[in-house]
Amino acid sequence: MRTIHTDQIIKTVRQMCIDANLHLSEDVKGAICGSIETEKSPLGCQILRQLEENMEIAVSEDIPICQDTGMAVVFLKIGQDLHIEGMNLEDAVNEGIRQGYVDGYLRKSVVRDPLQRENTKDNTPGIIHYEIVPGEQLTITVAPKGFGSENMSRVFMLKPADGIEGVKDAILTAVKDAGPNACPPMVVGVGIGGDFEKCAIMAKQALTRNIIERSEIPYVKEMEEELLKKINSLGIGPGGLGGTTTALAVNINTYPTHIAGLPVAINICCHVDRHVTEVI
Amino acid sequence: MDKNITTPITEDISKDLHAGDYVYISGTIYVARDAAHKRLMEVLDHGEELPIDMKDSTIYYMGPSPAREGQVIGSAGPTTASRMDKYAPRLLDLGSKAMIGKGKRSPEVIDAIIRNKAVYFAAIGGAGALISKCIKKSEIVCYEDLGAEAIRKLEVENFPVIVVIDSEGNNLYETAILEYQNM
Repeated sequence: MRTIHTDQIIKTVRQMCIDANLHLSEDVKGAICGSIETEKSPLGCQILRQLEENMEIAVSEDIPICQDTGMAVVFLKIGQDLHIEGMNLEDAVNEGIRQGYVDGYLRKSVVRDPLQRENTKDNTPGIIHYEIVPGEQLTITVAPKGFGSENMSRVFMLKPADGIEGVKDAILTAVKDAGPNACPPMVVGVGIGGDFEKCAIMAKQALTRNIIERSEIPYVKEMEEELLKKINSLGIGPGGLGGTTTALAVNINTYPTHIAGLPVAINICCHVDRHVTEVI
Repeated sequence: MDKNITTPITEDISKDLHAGDYVYISGTIYVARDAAHKRLMEVLDHGEELPIDMKDSTIYYMGPSPAREGQVIGSAGPTTASRMDKYAPRLLDLGSKAMIGKGKRSPEVIDAIIRNKAVYFAAIGGAGALISKCIKKSEIVCYEDLGAEAIRKLEVENFPVIVVIDSEGNNLYETAILEYQNM
């Protein structure tokens, strides 16, 4: 049994919140810059070049890539042979978020109550997902999620008879409806199967996948590739102002489901698909 | 077409802007988003005077990240405009001439744009660091307790935006998509 202290978790989460908001991962950066070569709309190209410049300014001047520095979504994979000492784990993660958002000059975008709407002024609490896994390590993924694109996300409880075509239609519908609101080019995270909440969590997890790597399941890989092509022929383009770069990737995760159901969740992310992972 | 304009945006200026124009805005603009709009509506409902003059004003839907020492403002890109659709017609009818945001607008807002010869610009979503470089001055006008949602007055220089809905109701989001569909 290995022991770690929550002080280490606080420090790690703090830094991850700051890093995620200043630097995009190489795969996302590469996809945005690469699309300048293929985009057919001159205005679309101009916008993509501005997004490239925006990423450079963010890094060189310590300014967040986007002012919506998101609600901090945190995935914890906790090794079952790991012992965590110190404070309550949830409090530790929230303390890391608090320090990261305050010390990192990140925007405080969380309200304490969904209807009374008083800002908590430190961006806590985060959305924390726990998973117990084999081993004695703690894997932390921090994915600050902006709400322009979050608001355009959807869950469809399809019927088994709707089949693969029904799933594809649902994804295309969500992307079409999102259009310019979701700050395209977007990354489309999809969860198929499970139940109502499982498919939604899978869709969020799909957004934390490397966007260059395709699913290991052959038919899912095909579906990811086909949907990316179809989405990029919708005409929405960068900023929704017309063009051929509407999405950078479609990442689909799947899970077993019930004989009566075919749940599909589409979690849309803008081009600022922020996610960092650290192993303690 | 590329154009340079200076605020206040009068009807003469707005009528000359067309969907698809790439425009650089300089001058004073105001910043307000969800919570600030809600308060402005409450002020109007109580028959009181608004804290900012709406005539020929430009309202930027934005909530910045905090400025570090030495910076005018933090990241400062547009937020989704449709959340302000419920409030925008009332401000346009009071003389506001331009809105800057991103994303689609409701038919009621488009009607109010046409009725008031106003204009809706899109700024580049997710380019908050880049846009912050065009902001030369930023001060909070009111509602400081709203944090990132306070009403601000900005001085901008060559702020790049695109005309999405012009004073005649032409809508770039609808026309541009058709041009690049199935390419």
